[in-house]
Amino acid sequence: MEPADLAAREHEESGTNWRKFFGFSTDHKVIGIQYLVTSFFFYLIGGALASAVRTELATPDADFVSPDLYNSLFTIHATVMIFLWIVPAATGGFGNYLIPLMIGARDMAFPRLNAVAFWMIPPAGILLMSSFFVGAAGSGWTSYPPLSIINGSKAGEFIWILSVLLLGTSSILGAVNFFVTILKMRIPGMGLNQMPLFCWAMLAASALILIGTPVLAGALILLSFDLIAGTAFFNPTGGGDPVVYQHMFWFYSHPAVYIMILPVFGMISEIIPAHARKPIFGYRAIAYSSLAISFLGLIVWAHHMFTSGTPAWLRMFFMIATMIIAVPTGIKVFSWLATIWGGKLRLNSAMIFGMGFISMFVVGGLSGIMVASVPFDIHVHDTYFIVAHLHYVLFGGSVFGLYGALYHWFPKMTGRMMNETWGKVHFALTFIGFNMCFLPMHKLGLEGMPRRVAMYDPKFTALNVVCTVGSYILAVSTIPFLVNAAWSWLRGPKAPDNPWQALTLEWMTSSPPPVENFYKDPVLASGPYDYGMVNALVIRQKMMKGKEATTERKTPSGIPLNQLKASDLLGGSSSIVQSASDAEVEAQTLQDEDPMLSGGPNSVLRAKPDPEEAVNPDDRQDS
Amino acid sequence: MQSSTIDPAKAELNYHAAGDEATAAHHGHPDHRVFGVIVFLVAEGMIFLGLFAAYLTFRAVAPVWPPEGTPERELLLPGINTIILISSSFVIHNADTAIKKNNVAGLRNWFIATAIMGVIFLAGQVYEYSHLEFGLTSNLYASTFYVLTGFHGLHVCFGVLLILGVLWRSLKADHYSSKSHFGVEAAEIYWHFVDIVWIVLFLLLYIL
Repeated sequence: MEPADLAAREHEESGTNWRKFFGFSTDHKVIGIQYLVTSFFFYLIGGALASAVRTELATPDADFVSPDLYNSLFTIHATVMIFLWIVPAATGGFGNYLIPLMIGARDMAFPRLNAVAFWMIPPAGILLMSSFFVGAAGSGWTSYPPLSIINGSKAGEFIWILSVLLLGTSSILGAVNFFVTILKMRIPGMGLNQMPLFCWAMLAASALILIGTPVLAGALILLSFDLIAGTAFFNPTGGGDPVVYQHMFWFYSHPAVYIMILPVFGMISEIIPAHARKPIFGYRAIAYSSLAISFLGLIVWAHHMFTSGTPAWLRMFFMIATMIIAVPTGIKVFSWLATIWGGKLRLNSAMIFGMGFISMFVVGGLSGIMVASVPFDIHVHDTYFIVAHLHYVLFGGSVFGLYGALYHWFPKMTGRMMNETWGKVHFALTFIGFNMCFLPMHKLGLEGMPRRVAMYDPKFTALNVVCTVGSYILAVSTIPFLVNAAWSWLRGPKAPDNPWQALTLEWMTSSPPPVENFYKDPVLASGPYDYGMVNALVIRQKMMKGKEATTERKTPSGIPLNQLKASDLLGGSSSIVQSASDAEVEAQTLQDEDPMLSGGPNSVLRAKPDPEEAVNPDDRQDS
Repeated sequence: MQSSTIDPAKAELNYHAAGDEATAAHHGHPDHRVFGVIVFLVAEGMIFLGLFAAYLTFRAVAPVWPPEGTPERELLLPGINTIILISSSFVIHNADTAIKKNNVAGLRNWFIATAIMGVIFLAGQVYEYSHLEFGLTSNLYASTFYVLTGFHGLHVCFGVLLILGVLWRSLKADHYSSKSHFGVEAAEIYWHFVDIVWIVLFLLLYIL
């Protein structure tokens, strides 16, 4: 193919051709970005609803909106944030975009199914929003019966059920795709223990979606019969049992918090070592703790029901099982801290959001242990302490992590760099606004302010005003991000293929990657986190070019490079599956001289694959 | 080069390493698709498990089960229906065996037989519904009965459509062969799944 044709094709396939993002595509990268942009749009809507809720709560009286509308506002706010923002963005968005690239596949296992899963999201979101015209659901995102079946707008409640069922279906179809892709489509040499940790996290989260979400669907089917057909599954006046709904609902919705946080754990496990320039501490511990969290997450649902008449012996079991989740979570947090410890940190936007994630998530995790204990939970149940806890986990956790991931992978997705200064402004505003909004809620909750109520005791006014001001700062903080992202996408400086000198496979192709991801089928030359061990990046880049070694090079310890084995490079671990014999490599340790650290971004990188070397993706079937 | 290493020039992605022409389309590897169907059916099974768990809880909490005033349930018709559905699982397996021997006519015949058995099952269920002496809202037992059997009936209905779809495609010459018959396999696995769910349902709702 002529270089001019190749350039035209690259333009066609690259991020500069915006039209493909508005059509039906089966390319996992297009679908991933569609997921991200759509869910971010709903994040803004959910944020607007949250601002309305906080405005109402700035005064003790119900003077901004009517109590009924207030109920709808917080219900739809929570539904949008969970089902239309964090879950689609973390699993659908980043999962779709990154998993095939990270495991060296050309696409997801089922590309058309993938598109189907995405195109369920916009109708479901529009459906949910339209329910405001008929009186939106107002019984909280849990939609507990009998409140939800006898009170408020039946139409709004039914639309809520339909919308959540649609989103759940989308989520399940996506999870099937992730599961099969991760288990079946890795490049040769990449065993499960050589996968990037994000893939491990997505595997664990997909398992949770596959096991948990259908049970929610079952609960919603029964609830909709109660609502429109007059059955009494959950209505005690007809002999039903509302606690059964709570069990079924939380069997999904407790794991759902891990569906929302596990992918973000994975993203942080990618961001921290790349920007700390150190191999990740405890690879297997982090990987397997994801699975442990999945398993434990499935058996602790009733800790949301300590005040629902659960017998004491059962509460004891759920309390202990819940507290045990702190162990695998702690393993992850300490592993990230140990990775940062002694690293050579690059404090760019991705990294500070990553570190913000760790600190804020730990606050939410610790208050989680507090509410896991039965006596304390009975005291603070349905107070603002719970609101504070869940926002520290889901905003301080998931959203900070998602922002970090957006900064980290933006150059790969768009081929443009984001502005770092505005990124830091964004972080500062978010961090201040977030803590100002949610930290005082701990105190409000301990003093007994109930949640989901539009009017409150005037003695809580002062702290509520602080929260409301914080929420406005939080709302304003999205502006620098939006402007920065939009401007950078259009006008930002061109990004090199590997601006962060990271080692996972997605950085081994151009930015943005071509259709089917790689100009040549990639070859695994090192583990995903071998920063600074030997110059793994150089080995990898040279491998990509497939050049023969011209001279025999030696490592500092005197081993000829062409006899180097994985164990030599990694001290026992075997994630390097290829000897370095093909590589024309200057071997050097991190301590001596590391071009990854000392040079500019391009010092060891080719910016683009050579046109004559690049293979037309369509022709690769022959090879 | 050492034997433990991978030659970058020869390294191929695993999904077209098999060399089979049918597998060259990189997202069409049969193994992936069959595995995908099984993973999807795990999720389907969880819906039923959730509904079964709800049913068992209602039952465990209720003082009398089925609630007083529920008429006796006929066992003859659902029993015959069960036998038909279980035998259809063996029938559809013959279709899979036939296509593995490149016997497309056999595939069609066995699939037609399975579809007919599925339709008979559905007709039997409709007949049973129309003769039951309780309605959807009569009591908790009646509601769970209709929702669980109805939800399963929907799955049978979809299964029949799936089989008819595969049948329609098998009319095209050479669409399915001994090497490429994912559609047949998917329909078979799905049909077995629907069968297994029915056995549990039958035990829970009629026998126990």
